[in-house]
Amino acid sequence: MYSFEPTEEQRMLMDATKRFAEKELQPAAHDADEEREFPISLIEKGWELGVLQASIPEEYGGFGERSAVTGILAGEELGWGDLTAAMAIMAPAMYVIPILVGGTEEQKKSLIPPIIEAEWKPNVAAYVEPRFDFYPLEMTSTATKAGDEYVLQGEKSMVPFAHIAESFLVFASLEGKTQAFVVPSQTEGLVVGERESLLGIQALPTYKLSLNDVRIPAESRIGGEDGFDVQPVIDASNLATAALAVGLSRAAYEYSRDYAKEREAFGGPIAQKQTIAFMLAEMATEIESIRLMVWEAAWKLDAGKDASKTAYLALMGASDMAMMVTDRAVQILGGFGYIREYPTERWMRNGRGIPNFVGLTMV
Amino acid sequence: MISFETPKPIKNMVMMVQTVAENMMRPVSRHFDDHEHEIPWDYINFMHDSMKQLGSPTGSEPEKKEGADEQKKDRPSIYFQRTAHLVEMLSWGDTGLYLNTPVGMLGTAAVRATGTPEQKKRFLRNILGEKPTLDAMAMTEPHAGSEMPSQTRTTAVRDGDEWVLNGEKIFVTAGHKALVDTEGFVVIWATIDPSAGRAGVRPFVVEAGTPGCSVTKLEHKLGIRASDTATIVLQDCRIPFDNILGSPDVKKKTTKGFKGAMATFDASRPFVAASALGIARAALEFLTEKVGDEGIEIRYGLPRSRMTNLEREIIDMKVMLRSAWLITLKAVWMMDEKIPNNLEASMAKVRAGDVCVKITQRAVELLGPLGYSKEHLLEKWFRDAKINDLYEGTGQINRLIIARRILDYTRHELS
Ligand SMILES: Cc1cc2nc3c(=O)[nH]c(=O)nc-3n(C[C@H](O)[C@H](O)[C@H](O)COP(=O)(O)OP(=O)(O)OC[C@H]3O[C@@H](n4cnc5c(N)ncnc54)[C@H](O)[C@@H]3O)c2cc1C
Repeated sequence: MYSFEPTEEQRMLMDATKRFAEKELQPAAHDADEEREFPISLIEKGWELGVLQASIPEEYGGFGERSAVTGILAGEELGWGDLTAAMAIMAPAMYVIPILVGGTEEQKKSLIPPIIEAEWKPNVAAYVEPRFDFYPLEMTSTATKAGDEYVLQGEKSMVPFAHIAESFLVFASLEGKTQAFVVPSQTEGLVVGERESLLGIQALPTYKLSLNDVRIPAESRIGGEDGFDVQPVIDASNLATAALAVGLSRAAYEYSRDYAKEREAFGGPIAQKQTIAFMLAEMATEIESIRLMVWEAAWKLDAGKDASKTAYLALMGASDMAMMVTDRAVQILGGFGYIREYPTERWMRNGRGIPNFVGLTMV
Repeated sequence: MISFETPKPIKNMVMMVQTVAENMMRPVSRHFDDHEHEIPWDYINFMHDSMKQLGSPTGSEPEKKEGADEQKKDRPSIYFQRTAHLVEMLSWGDTGLYLNTPVGMLGTAAVRATGTPEQKKRFLRNILGEKPTLDAMAMTEPHAGSEMPSQTRTTAVRDGDEWVLNGEKIFVTAGHKALVDTEGFVVIWATIDPSAGRAGVRPFVVEAGTPGCSVTKLEHKLGIRASDTATIVLQDCRIPFDNILGSPDVKKKTTKGFKGAMATFDASRPFVAASALGIARAALEFLTEKVGDEGIEIRYGLPRSRMTNLEREIIDMKVMLRSAWLITLKAVWMMDEKIPNNLEASMAKVRAGDVCVKITQRAVELLGPLGYSKEHLLEKWFRDAKINDLYEGTGQINRLIIARRILDYTRHELS
């Protein structure tokens, strides 16, 4: 059966997330971007919404069952509130969900509950690498087995909250296969670099991370001796990023739509000019149809079907959508669109990063 | 709960229809493109017979039987979803031929949207009857298309128990097949009060063989040549009084006629979208097949900086095609759920119109001489595709509809 109707529970979570996004995230977004910092209290509040917790089974400290559909529905609302805040709140997901998906029973039992049952704590992933053609299946950071240990080497970038992180989930190539390793922040050889300055998501503190002969015990490898398949992690990250992009685009679209009805030029609201009205019609159409691709991919993931292609296509579509919609939002505001007092230029900067944000968030 | 699981009955039907598309349509596609105005009787008869045998699982909506309604209540209807899949697959076979499917087309849609139960029974009796029949809907006139039905000049004047119709309709899809080649009917939009603008416009049924109604011209077209596009002239054409669809109360100047026309379009636009996407899929499949024949594999999952141009193009097309299909599916799902779908119907139409034009154009470009050659059907699909951005409201008109919706504007505020 086809259905485009979220469940009652999903609606409740969406509504709660939207209320939070509207009341807390949107008003804080401008200053956070300017000051390059999000108030930690807001991140903690966002964490309490329980978006990640709802995805974790009770036995690991959560109160739900993993559902990518639920995750992307809430993710869209968070992205609508503020992309940066969404990524900050959800940063631990990129640490927890790979363990949930690929960890041994022991790893799940020991690593997940302390994070899920507590307040927001920066346990984060070190995933992205500082190269133009970064590709998660061919990482340049390496892991080598040496006796009872693994030795990690390489450079990571866009690692959120690295300066205060308790522990990292480091992704590296082991004999050509991308694997993940738990590395406590105090481990020798792990060097947190300078905070990065980025085009967008400026309130999210991200860092370079160097892995210089980092030695960790063999048990640190996710999935134990056999390791795990990283593809589901990539899929879930593609999806989460795409969902955030839908939310971000919706915010930019709604704002410019409302603005166009207020702003007058040549004797009437600019929204009454077809050039503007048609732009808005196309933005709305784009958002609605790409959203459905994200939904479909999430549904596939939950149904245990191969979701890799669909999730990837959804991200490709979402990435173009975010650029198209946010660029037009700036255009519709004219000169004001370029002024930082208005949110559109921030959405445009944030939107351009969408494909790079894979690995920063998960559903 | 959100689900994208194709229902079993639809899956089965799609498999069956694919066989029809592969065996009854593709092999004769080129022939009917080369021989414009030749009638594809084999296809028409085959579809008529098989749909009849199947008790019409696909084309026309099953008439509601007394009592049957109650029992079926808890089972959600998938009628429109199934029809969208059917249309997509037939159009994947050949859009021009698909437009000749004798299961109730645009005329039927108008009757369904605006007719009384008695009228539905009377006018739709021949569909899947003894012999195949086609039907048509005539709104466009030489002086105006997009601005219809407000600019309707065709008139209907009451004379006792009859209406007398006068005027000229152009670009009527299947007009000749409905009136001349089969015993079908055409729904004619005409004004009963020219001073009333669109409020005076009403739909009338003119059945084949009615004196005063003639087909005077068949167009020669860029594509969909297997489908006739007719000019219909009405000269003192007399039809029974109760051939006016809906309420015969002609005194009230309501916009009911106009709303009827628009309801017809809300109901039919998603199927134009589905048809567009059938062509788009055919073109994209052909492109990937030809590329595959050369041993070129399309890799998924790469960042854009690592893709070949061909990979980027094809992945881009896949996104366009899938997203357009999903919004179309949503629009028809809403119809099944009886949720108003005016916005989604136009969104589907706009996106599918864009997508099928882009995909066919790019596929022809990318395949070079193969794309441009008449040895293959791709060049034909390129020509066929464009109609979807024109009929049932051009891309611009559907953008207007979306814009008015999202901006909450009337047609006076945004035109
Ligand atoms: C093959 C074929 C089959 C057809 N089948 C049928 C049929 O079965 N029944 C039927 O009634 N009609 C049919 N049509 C007619 C079709 O629906 C019209 O051609 C279409 O609605 C456009 O009208 P027009 O050709 O008069 O163009 P116009 O209305 O003259 O439009 C010309 C251009 O101006 C644009 N435009 C018009 N108004 C606006 C506006 N307000 N804002 C922005 N742009 C605008 C249009 O988008 C278009 O690009 C068919 C046409 C073809 C080619």
